[in-house]
Amino acid sequence: MIAPVKPKLHTDPVSAHRRGPLLKIDHVDKSFQRGGVTTEVLKDVNLSIEKGEYVSIIGHSGCGKSTLLNLVAGLTQVSSGAVLLENREVNSPGPERAVVFQNHSLLPWLTVYENVKLAVDKVFGRSKSKAERHDWVMQNLDIVQMGHAKDKRPGEISGGMKQRVGIARALAMEPKVMLMDEPFGALDALTRAHLQETVMQIHTRLGNTAIMITHDVDEAVLLSDRIVMMTNGPSARIGEILEVDLPRPRNRIELAKVPAYLSAREAVLKFLYERHRYVEAVS
Amino acid sequence: MATNPTQLRVIQTNATDAAKAAVAAVVASAKPAEAVVQLPPRPKKKLPRVLAAVGRGAGQVLPSLIVVALLLIVWELMASGPKSALPSPSRIWKEAHDLILFPFFVNGPQDIGLGWRVLTSLQRVAVGFALAAAVGIMLGCFVGQSEWATRALDPIFQILRTVPPLAWLPISLAAFRDSAPSAIFVIFITAIWPIIINTAVGIRNIPQDYRNVAAVLNLNALEFFRRIMIPAAAPYIFTGLRIGVGLSWLAIVAAEMLTGGVGIGFFIWDAWNSSKLSDIVVALIYIGLVGFILDRAIAALANVATRGVQAA
Repeated sequence: MIAPVKPKLHTDPVSAHRRGPLLKIDHVDKSFQRGGVTTEVLKDVNLSIEKGEYVSIIGHSGCGKSTLLNLVAGLTQVSSGAVLLENREVNSPGPERAVVFQNHSLLPWLTVYENVKLAVDKVFGRSKSKAERHDWVMQNLDIVQMGHAKDKRPGEISGGMKQRVGIARALAMEPKVMLMDEPFGALDALTRAHLQETVMQIHTRLGNTAIMITHDVDEAVLLSDRIVMMTNGPSARIGEILEVDLPRPRNRIELAKVPAYLSAREAVLKFLYERHRYVEAVS
Repeated sequence: MATNPTQLRVIQTNATDAAKAAVAAVVASAKPAEAVVQLPPRPKKKLPRVLAAVGRGAGQVLPSLIVVALLLIVWELMASGPKSALPSPSRIWKEAHDLILFPFFVNGPQDIGLGWRVLTSLQRVAVGFALAAAVGIMLGCFVGQSEWATRALDPIFQILRTVPPLAWLPISLAAFRDSAPSAIFVIFITAIWPIIINTAVGIRNIPQDYRNVAAVLNLNALEFFRRIMIPAAAPYIFTGLRIGVGLSWLAIVAAEMLTGGVGIGFFIWDAWNSSKLSDIVVALIYIGLVGFILDRAIAALANVATRGVQAA
């Protein structure tokens, strides 16, 4: 598997573009101010992600993992440090860092097709013809097996289906890195397993780069190449990074007997429940 | 469920022998299809659907028809005395049935049917209300979108919206020096406040998720306005429009009483001056019905335009 790349100083931007990691979170701090009180959420976070990697970020609630994702998405600004995509600093949102939101965030007045079409028109409005854009929308809906429901409105489909469309919308933007904020958090266990399979298939097929926030240990181990474990907040940082060295394609039933799977699972559990146990903050 | 009546029936027919009944019940539940054939079809299912719908409709309208009839009777009894100041329904019918039966007659420049007068008033309302809707939605979007604008303008709106429509009339007469634009201005200024305030609330209530989607897609200001803001705030906007159109209709009648012309408001004032109380009562009914139709029209428009938004 891919080892984490140490930060290097690059003088030549062109070769740096080739050699450096796809995404680099470089000494990022984040604090929020409210009513004169400053809360430091993230402290000195460093992470490099290679092209094609699937990275999960796991931690207890309130540890700032969603904040970290929002920083990468550009929806919030870093207090210090930088987020670099292909060695260029990003500080505003953009379709090359498409987000799959926890609550799907489909626009309820548009049909499934129109929701994806909105993204496709915006990203490929100039580079693709009208027919190509239509095909591209349908292709992405088919990837998540939602082509049959293209004329339904979000209110008429189930939670799992909505999230499938959310994933299709993100995929359709052809992002350099796909950001998923607890994408399966609001789903029941069976639907969640289905969607995890779909996401694994997509990752195998397209080789896309993904960062996923989760609080589900099994999900993290099943899907990821690396698991980033966050310490508890305030001033959360990356506590440990676990390489999940399991061959793909992975099968959740067979994995249950594989020692590497069990030890990875145990490592994450130990981190979360022994060394960084969640203590309800008294504020 | 289908087997239950069958079982009951079988039990009834064999009621003389308890043991037999038990066996029959078991048989019936084991072979429900055979037993069902013997049953006569339920009479309810024979009713055609259309008839049932008509029945339901009548059930909706009938109670209010009965109440109206009762009110008319009470009114007739109370107003039929020789010293009564107000006309009874029968007298209204005698004196003003031409107004009720022929809304669109033309006998001269000031002797026209109430339908024409209502249309003239509606035309004024349409102009004033359309202006109020356009300006109100724009201003509401601006106010809702900006924290600073909310703080600066919201108190002013809250104060101005309590000013009664007619209080604006002298000032607009002074400004426009003509009754026609003054009446339209009164409609405008009356209808605009609920539209602004409701639109602003709708914009402020746009979920952060939709804003995030717009940000990730890099929608520009115009696309955000058209694709996110207007549809997301549509339910609120239509609430504002509905209140606004109701207030407009209230205001036009009052404004026309003072500005004159051809409208339904002036008709009432004119009828009062010539002591035609029956005409006034008929005009009131016209006004009520038109106001009701306006309200329902906006509500129906809202239902079509905001489909899906509430469901999700």
